[in-house]
Amino acid sequence: MSDTEHTPAMHDIGGIQRFHCTPVERDEAPPDAFGKRVDALRQVLARKGYMTVDELRRGIESIPEPEYFALTYYERWLRSIELLMLEKGVVTPEELT
Amino acid sequence: MSNPARAESVEQLDRLVAALLAKGVVTEAEIAEQQASTDRASPEIGARIVARAWLDPAWRAMVLRNGTEGAEALGVSMAGAPPLGVLEDTAKRHHLIVCTLCSCYPRAVLGYPPHWYKSFSYRSRVVREPRAVMAEWGSPVADDIELRVVDSTADYRWMVLPVRPAGTDDWTEDQLAALVTRDVLVGVALPKLPA
Repeated sequence: MSDTEHTPAMHDIGGIQRFHCTPVERDEAPPDAFGKRVDALRQVLARKGYMTVDELRRGIESIPEPEYFALTYYERWLRSIELLMLEKGVVTPEELT
Repeated sequence: MSNPARAESVEQLDRLVAALLAKGVVTEAEIAEQQASTDRASPEIGARIVARAWLDPAWRAMVLRNGTEGAEALGVSMAGAPPLGVLEDTAKRHHLIVCTLCSCYPRAVLGYPPHWYKSFSYRSRVVREPRAVMAEWGSPVADDIELRVVDSTADYRWMVLPVRPAGTDDWTEDQLAALVTRDVLVGVALPKLPA
Protein backbone atom coordinates (compact mmCIF):
# COMPACT_ATOMS: atom_id res chain seq x y z
CA MET A 1 0.00 0.00 0.00
CA SER A 2 1.39 3.39 -0.85
CA ASP A 3 0.74 6.47 1.22
CA THR A 4 -0.78 8.16 -1.82
CA GLU A 5 -3.82 5.89 -2.01
CA HIS A 6 -5.49 8.01 0.59
CA THR A 7 -4.47 10.87 2.81
CA PRO A 8 -4.78 9.90 6.44
CA ALA A 9 -5.16 12.60 9.03
CA MET A 10 -1.79 14.05 9.98
CA HIS A 11 -1.61 12.30 13.35
CA ASP A 12 -2.76 8.93 11.96
CA ILE A 13 0.75 7.71 11.24
CA GLY A 14 0.60 3.98 12.02
CA GLY A 15 2.38 2.21 9.16
CA ILE A 16 3.05 5.27 6.97
CA GLN A 17 6.27 5.26 4.97
CA ARG A 18 7.47 8.75 5.88
CA PHE A 19 9.39 7.53 8.95
CA HIS A 20 10.35 4.05 7.81
CA CYS A 21 14.03 4.84 7.42
CA THR A 22 14.13 6.72 10.70
CA PRO A 23 15.58 4.68 13.57
CA VAL A 24 13.62 4.95 16.80
CA GLU A 25 15.59 7.39 18.92
CA ARG A 26 16.10 5.63 22.24
CA ASP A 27 15.63 8.67 24.38
CA GLU A 28 15.06 7.53 27.95
CA ALA A 29 15.09 10.90 29.71
CA PRO A 30 12.01 11.60 31.82
CA PRO A 31 9.97 14.66 30.89
CA ASP A 32 11.64 17.94 31.83
CA ALA A 33 10.17 20.38 34.36
CA PHE A 34 8.12 22.07 31.63
CA GLY A 35 6.69 18.74 30.45
CA LYS A 36 5.82 17.54 33.94
CA ARG A 37 4.08 20.81 34.73
CA VAL A 38 2.00 20.71 31.55
CA ASP A 39 1.18 17.06 32.27
CA ALA A 40 0.08 17.81 35.82
CA LEU A 41 -1.93 20.88 34.75
CA ARG A 42 -3.84 18.79 32.20
CA GLN A 43 -4.69 16.17 34.82
CA VAL A 44 -5.90 18.76 37.33
CA LEU A 45 -8.05 20.48 34.68
CA ALA A 46 -9.48 17.10 33.63
CA ARG A 47 -10.20 16.03 37.20
CA LYS A 48 -12.03 19.30 37.87
CA GLY A 49 -14.15 18.91 34.74
CA TYR A 50 -12.64 21.69 32.63
CA MET A 51 -11.53 19.42 29.78
CA THR A 52 -11.43 15.79 28.62
CA VAL A 53 -8.78 13.66 26.92
CA ASP A 54 -10.84 13.67 23.74
CA GLU A 55 -10.87 17.46 23.74
CA LEU A 56 -7.11 17.50 24.32
CA ARG A 57 -6.64 15.25 21.30
CA ARG A 58 -8.95 17.34 19.12
CA GLY A 59 -6.91 20.41 20.04
CA ILE A 60 -3.63 18.65 19.24
CA GLU A 61 -4.91 17.23 15.98
CA SER A 62 -6.09 20.66 14.84
CA ILE A 63 -2.59 22.15 15.01
CA PRO A 64 -1.46 23.01 11.46
CA GLU A 65 0.78 20.24 10.10
CA PRO A 66 4.09 22.12 9.90
CA GLU A 67 3.76 23.13 13.55
CA TYR A 68 2.51 19.69 14.61
CA PHE A 69 5.78 18.18 13.45
CA ALA A 70 7.94 21.07 14.72
CA LEU A 71 6.58 21.40 18.26
CA THR A 72 7.71 19.08 21.06
CA TYR A 73 5.20 16.70 22.58
CA TYR A 74 4.31 18.80 25.59
CA GLU A 75 4.32 22.01 23.51
CA ARG A 76 1.51 20.41 21.49
CA TRP A 77 -0.33 19.64 24.72
CA LEU A 78 0.08 23.21 25.94
CA ARG A 79 -1.17 24.59 22.64
CA SER A 80 -4.28 22.43 22.92
CA ILE A 81 -4.95 23.18 26.61
CA GLU A 82 -4.72 26.94 25.96
CA LEU A 83 -7.02 26.66 22.95
CA LEU A 84 -9.60 24.76 25.02
CA MET A 85 -9.48 27.20 27.93
CA LEU A 86 -10.02 30.09 25.50
CA GLU A 87 -12.81 28.32 23.61
CA LYS A 88 -14.65 27.56 26.82
CA GLY A 89 -14.21 31.08 28.14
CA VAL A 90 -12.33 29.85 31.21
CA VAL A 91 -9.72 32.47 30.37
CA THR A 92 -9.85 35.36 27.93
CA PRO A 93 -7.20 36.37 25.38
CA GLU A 94 -6.58 39.57 27.41
CA GLU A 95 -5.77 37.53 30.51
CA LEU A 96 -3.04 35.71 28.61
CA THR A 97 -1.17 38.81 27.49
CA MET B 1 11.46 14.74 20.47
CA SER B 2 12.86 15.59 23.86
CA ASN B 3 14.45 18.88 22.88
CA PRO B 4 14.00 21.35 25.69
CA ALA B 5 10.92 23.49 25.45
CA ARG B 6 11.48 26.86 23.80
CA ALA B 7 11.62 29.88 26.08
CA GLU B 8 8.45 31.18 24.44
CA SER B 9 6.64 27.95 25.38
CA VAL B 10 7.77 28.20 28.99
CA GLU B 11 6.47 31.79 29.03
CA GLN B 12 3.21 30.67 27.42
CA LEU B 13 2.77 28.08 30.20
CA ASP B 14 3.56 30.65 32.89
CA ARG B 15 0.96 33.06 31.46
CA LEU B 16 -1.71 30.35 31.25
CA VAL B 17 -1.08 29.05 34.77
CA ALA B 18 -1.04 32.61 36.16
CA ALA B 19 -4.44 33.31 34.57
CA LEU B 20 -5.89 30.03 35.87
CA LEU B 21 -4.54 30.72 39.37
CA ALA B 22 -5.88 34.28 39.35
CA LYS B 23 -9.36 33.01 38.51
CA GLY B 24 -9.25 30.23 41.09
CA VAL B 25 -9.55 27.49 38.45
CA VAL B 26 -6.53 25.62 39.82
CA THR B 27 -4.08 26.09 42.68
CA GLU B 28 -0.32 25.59 42.81
CA ALA B 29 -0.85 22.95 45.50
CA GLU B 30 -3.12 20.94 43.22
CA ILE B 31 -0.57 21.05 40.39
CA ALA B 32 2.28 20.05 42.73
CA GLU B 33 0.26 17.22 44.26
CA GLN B 34 -0.73 15.90 40.85
CA GLN B 35 2.86 15.96 39.65
CA ALA B 36 4.06 14.11 42.75
CA SER B 37 1.39 11.47 42.26
CA THR B 38 2.30 11.03 38.59
CA ASP B 39 5.99 10.80 39.50
CA ARG B 40 5.24 7.89 41.85
CA ALA B 41 3.81 5.59 39.13
CA SER B 42 6.56 3.38 37.70
CA PRO B 43 7.08 0.19 35.70
CA GLU B 44 7.75 -1.60 38.99
CA ILE B 45 3.97 -1.86 39.38
CA GLY B 46 3.56 -3.56 36.01
CA ALA B 47 6.54 -5.81 36.79
CA ARG B 48 4.86 -6.89 40.03
CA ILE B 49 1.67 -7.78 38.13
CA VAL B 50 3.72 -9.96 35.75
CA ALA B 51 5.93 -11.66 38.33
CA ARG B 52 2.93 -12.60 40.44
CA ALA B 53 1.14 -13.95 37.35
CA TRP B 54 4.15 -16.20 36.68
CA LEU B 55 3.85 -17.64 40.20
CA ASP B 56 0.14 -17.63 41.02
CA PRO B 57 -2.40 -19.12 38.57
CA ALA B 58 -5.37 -17.52 40.33
CA TRP B 59 -3.73 -14.06 40.14
CA ARG B 60 -2.87 -14.70 36.49
CA ALA B 61 -6.48 -15.56 35.65
CA MET B 62 -7.72 -12.47 37.48
CA VAL B 63 -5.38 -9.98 35.78
CA LEU B 64 -6.06 -11.46 32.35
CA ARG B 65 -9.77 -11.09 32.99
CA ASN B 66 -9.51 -7.58 34.44
CA GLY B 67 -6.19 -5.75 34.55
CA THR B 68 -7.75 -2.80 36.34
CA GLU B 69 -8.67 -5.09 39.24
CA GLY B 70 -5.09 -6.37 39.35
CA ALA B 71 -3.67 -2.86 39.56
CA GLU B 72 -6.12 -1.90 42.28
CA ALA B 73 -5.18 -5.03 44.26
CA LEU B 74 -1.64 -3.60 44.33
CA GLY B 75 -2.93 -0.34 45.78
CA VAL B 76 -2.96 1.67 42.55
CA SER B 77 -5.84 4.10 42.23
CA MET B 78 -7.45 3.50 38.83
CA ALA B 79 -10.27 5.99 39.39
CA GLY B 80 -10.69 8.02 36.23
CA ALA B 81 -8.11 5.95 34.33
CA PRO B 82 -9.20 3.99 31.24
CA PRO B 83 -9.52 0.20 31.71
CA LEU B 84 -6.27 -1.77 31.75
CA GLY B 85 -5.99 -4.92 29.64
CA VAL B 86 -3.22 -7.53 29.97
CA LEU B 87 -2.11 -9.30 26.78
CA GLU B 88 -0.99 -12.89 27.36
CA ASP B 89 2.02 -14.10 25.37
CA THR B 90 2.40 -17.80 24.58
CA ALA B 91 5.27 -19.86 23.15
CA LYS B 92 3.93 -19.05 19.68
CA ARG B 93 2.57 -15.51 20.05
CA HIS B 94 4.04 -12.25 21.29
CA HIS B 95 2.35 -8.85 21.71
CA LEU B 96 3.64 -5.29 21.37
CA ILE B 97 1.77 -2.13 22.21
CA VAL B 98 1.78 1.22 20.46
CA CYS B 99 -0.43 4.28 20.28
CA THR B 100 -0.38 5.07 16.58
CA LEU B 101 -2.40 8.26 17.00
CA CYS B 102 -0.46 9.80 19.88
CA SER B 103 0.72 8.42 23.21
CA CYS B 104 -1.95 6.41 25.05
CA TYR B 105 -0.10 4.31 27.60
CA PRO B 106 -0.98 2.45 30.82
CA ARG B 107 0.45 5.29 32.89
CA ALA B 108 -1.01 4.07 36.18
CA VAL B 109 1.16 0.93 36.09
CA LEU B 110 4.11 2.09 33.93
CA GLY B 111 4.57 5.79 34.72
CA TYR B 112 5.25 8.46 32.08
CA PRO B 113 5.60 7.08 28.54
CA PRO B 114 9.21 7.41 27.33
CA HIS B 115 9.97 9.79 24.47
CA TRP B 116 10.55 6.98 22.00
CA TYR B 117 7.05 5.56 22.60
CA LYS B 118 5.65 8.93 21.50
CA SER B 119 8.07 9.31 18.57
CA PHE B 120 6.83 9.48 14.99
CA SER B 121 9.20 6.67 13.99
CA TYR B 122 8.04 4.20 16.67
CA ARG B 123 4.37 4.96 16.03
CA SER B 124 4.65 4.46 12.29
CA ARG B 125 7.25 1.68 12.09
CA VAL B 126 6.21 -0.77 14.79
CA VAL B 127 2.94 -1.41 12.97
CA ARG B 128 4.69 -2.25 9.70
CA GLU B 129 7.96 -3.81 10.82
CA PRO B 130 7.71 -4.92 14.44
CA ARG B 131 10.43 -7.56 13.99
CA ALA B 132 12.90 -4.92 12.81
CA VAL B 133 12.09 -2.67 15.76
CA MET B 134 12.47 -5.55 18.23
CA ALA B 135 15.80 -6.49 16.66
CA GLU B 136 16.97 -2.89 17.20
CA TRP B 137 16.04 -3.36 20.85
CA GLY B 138 18.22 -6.46 21.04
CA SER B 139 15.27 -8.86 21.17
CA PRO B 140 15.05 -10.58 17.77
CA VAL B 141 11.98 -12.81 17.46
CA ALA B 142 11.97 -16.13 15.58
CA ASP B 143 9.95 -16.19 12.36
CA ASP B 144 7.61 -18.88 13.66
CA ILE B 145 6.43 -16.69 16.51
CA GLU B 146 3.39 -14.63 15.60
CA LEU B 147 3.59 -10.94 16.51
CA ARG B 148 0.44 -9.02 17.35
CA VAL B 149 0.74 -5.25 17.54
CA VAL B 150 -2.05 -3.79 19.66
CA ASP B 151 -3.15 -0.15 19.60
CA SER B 152 -3.52 1.46 23.01
CA THR B 153 -6.29 4.03 22.82
CA ALA B 154 -7.93 6.83 24.75
CA ASP B 155 -10.48 4.28 25.94
CA TYR B 156 -8.37 1.18 26.65
CA ARG B 157 -4.76 0.75 27.77
CA TRP B 158 -2.67 -2.40 27.41
CA MET B 159 0.39 -4.05 28.94
CA VAL B 160 2.08 -7.32 27.99
CA LEU B 161 2.36 -10.48 30.10
CA PRO B 162 5.38 -12.21 28.53
CA VAL B 163 6.32 -15.86 28.77
CA ARG B 164 8.30 -16.67 31.91
CA PRO B 165 11.93 -17.25 30.92
CA ALA B 166 13.34 -20.76 31.24
CA GLY B 167 15.77 -21.30 34.09
CA THR B 168 13.78 -19.32 36.67
CA ASP B 169 11.98 -22.24 38.35
CA ASP B 170 13.05 -21.54 41.91
CA TRP B 171 13.08 -17.74 41.65
CA THR B 172 11.23 -15.48 44.09
CA GLU B 173 8.68 -12.88 43.08
CA ASP B 174 11.23 -10.10 43.62
CA GLN B 175 13.83 -11.85 41.46
CA LEU B 176 11.28 -12.39 38.69
CA ALA B 177 10.00 -8.80 38.89
CA ALA B 178 13.55 -7.56 38.31
CA LEU B 179 13.48 -9.20 34.84
CA VAL B 180 10.40 -7.24 33.82
CA THR B 181 11.53 -3.86 32.53
CA ARG B 182 9.36 -1.12 31.12
CA ASP B 183 10.34 -2.19 27.58
CA VAL B 184 9.26 -5.76 28.38
CA LEU B 185 5.88 -4.47 29.56
CA VAL B 186 5.46 -2.54 26.29
CA GLY B 187 6.51 -5.70 24.44
CA VAL B 188 9.34 -4.14 22.47
CA ALA B 189 11.82 -6.32 24.38
CA LEU B 190 11.71 -9.81 25.89
CA PRO B 191 12.74 -10.64 29.46
CA LYS B 192 16.38 -11.68 29.63
CA LEU B 193 18.27 -13.48 32.37
CA PRO B 194 21.33 -11.61 33.66
CA ALA B 195 24.45 -12.75 31.81
